[in-house]
Amino acid sequence: MTRYLTGRIGQAVLVLWAAFTVTFVLLQALPGDSIMIKFENPELGLSPAQILEVRARYGIDEPAVLQYIHTLMGFLAGDFGYSIETGTPVLQRLAEGLPETAKLAAGGFLLAVVLAVTIAFVSSYTRFAWIRGVLLAVPSLFISIPTFWLGILLIQVFSFQLRLVPVIGGTEAQSLILPVLTLAVPISAPLAQVLCRSLDAVYTQPFVAVAQAKGASRQWILWRHVARNALVPTLTVAGLTFGELIAGSVITETVFGRNGIGRLTEQAVTAQDIPVMQAIVVLAAFVFVSVNLIVDLLYPVLDPRLAAKGRVAV
Amino acid sequence: MTITESQQAGTTSLTTPTTKAQQAWPETGQQTTEPPRTDAGGRVTEGAPAKRRRRIPSIGLILAWAIVAAALLWVVAPGLFTAYDPISGVAAEKLQAPSIAHLFGTDALGRDLFARVVHGAVHSLSGAFIAVAVGLVAGTSIGLVAGSVGGILDAVLMRVIDVLLSIPGLLLALTIIILLGFGTVNAAIAVGVGSIAAFARLSRSEVVRVRRTDYVEAAFGSGARLPIVLLRHVLPNSIAPVVALAALQFGVAILAISTLGFLGYGAPPPTPEWGLLIAEGRNYVATSWWLTTFPGIVVVLVVLATNRISQWIGGERA
Repeated sequence: MTRYLTGRIGQAVLVLWAAFTVTFVLLQALPGDSIMIKFENPELGLSPAQILEVRARYGIDEPAVLQYIHTLMGFLAGDFGYSIETGTPVLQRLAEGLPETAKLAAGGFLLAVVLAVTIAFVSSYTRFAWIRGVLLAVPSLFISIPTFWLGILLIQVFSFQLRLVPVIGGTEAQSLILPVLTLAVPISAPLAQVLCRSLDAVYTQPFVAVAQAKGASRQWILWRHVARNALVPTLTVAGLTFGELIAGSVITETVFGRNGIGRLTEQAVTAQDIPVMQAIVVLAAFVFVSVNLIVDLLYPVLDPRLAAKGRVAV
Repeated sequence: MTITESQQAGTTSLTTPTTKAQQAWPETGQQTTEPPRTDAGGRVTEGAPAKRRRRIPSIGLILAWAIVAAALLWVVAPGLFTAYDPISGVAAEKLQAPSIAHLFGTDALGRDLFARVVHGAVHSLSGAFIAVAVGLVAGTSIGLVAGSVGGILDAVLMRVIDVLLSIPGLLLALTIIILLGFGTVNAAIAVGVGSIAAFARLSRSEVVRVRRTDYVEAAFGSGARLPIVLLRHVLPNSIAPVVALAALQFGVAILAISTLGFLGYGAPPPTPEWGLLIAEGRNYVATSWWLTTFPGIVVVLVVLATNRISQWIGGERA
């Protein structure tokens, strides 16, 4: 088990390093000189000597390989460099936005799970074919809706037409309701689809027929036998949706004007703030890789058969 | 990352995890029997044998084709659908609610919204087309090479794809936009790069599957070389799911491009790109609901339609 664990962590670190390298190559090693566009602007009135100093501070006169090593070392030490737009440390800007985004993402993910479980279990348990048909169509509709449009539509309906949620002001909880809902809808779709399919798949298994033959009620079969076994594939997809969660927060925070990592991303792209963007991409990859590592390690806990095999293969 | 089939499912959001298919179809022991294809459209198949499926296309499918055909006609001949100019408006007619004269109403500059949506189709759809082309060509080439050559090259290429998958699609697209700059084509390329991983994975798994079949062994046995076998046998037999994914990605790309347009990284105003239309209407949410609602509904309908068609290509037609 220890060997498996170290192997998996090693793999995760390798993917992270590769993600860092890919973004570095895309963003920093290329000839574009967005830093100098800002500082050589005559309006700033910097003397040539000062410009040289700035160049030295951002390390842009070094060869790309040295820059790469310096940036990598910095990242390993928790130093993400300085934002070009504001001049403040990138770490500080990330730390400012992180709590907001964490709240939004946690809420969005929880609501997505609730939505997905409701859709899947009701459609699986109901005796009415039409309810099942309608529910099964919901996820396909959910993934076809542009997230930003959904956000605007919700503001329109709940804030302006029904006046249920204030646009400006309002309590913390009130300001979270609509963004969380906006974020949850696209994420619940793949979860619901996979959960529906795994429920259906488990129902065809012989042990379900045995339980039925022994006289177990539908409810008992669903909860005791089917739900537990349907959980593993759903967990895999749940881990994968974390990437979507970060991407979704970019849109949601922009639409609702919340100051989190997503908003920071949008600002970084507009201002071509490369150090900030690089840190955000690496952070996103870090979250994604860690969550999926945890999911992988959870499999044997959920399904003892996988632990017995000694390696995880879903 | 552990490469599991379901991981692939997650990245395309829609591909069926193989669990159901594998369990519902016990092994027949025949190599030539084609295993059930993944349902790229993402609807739960009822587990019924393929023979029982209806021959007559469903109403939903006809509707889907009609919507896509209409959108394509908007691209080719927008003048047939609307007489209004999409760029210059009549100031006196600003912010009018939908009526017979202005189906979707008018915007703050008195431009007919329906005309803008119709003329915007060319930007959104050609963008999606470029995105899918980039993903399809690059992804399928990588998958084809990885799957057919195998060995170290396969391992290296697939690890690179794993890395691409660990970066959320939108962030990858935004990174590429920083690199390339703003604009419709750049946004389309950025979205396309994001879909390379999905295409590479699917085409690799298809190639690996087809390579094991008897007829490919037979072709090698009768002296054909690798490129010929790839072109004649592997490619035609592994292309259907890839085409289904392409159709699916077309819808995904329309969504992604409209998102980039909304964020302001796509076409500049006054281009009537669909995402930009919604972004512009956002300032009038309190008073003019039609400005955001109608373009959004058009996007949803077109994406739903392409998803339905993708599902048909991927599974039901067989």
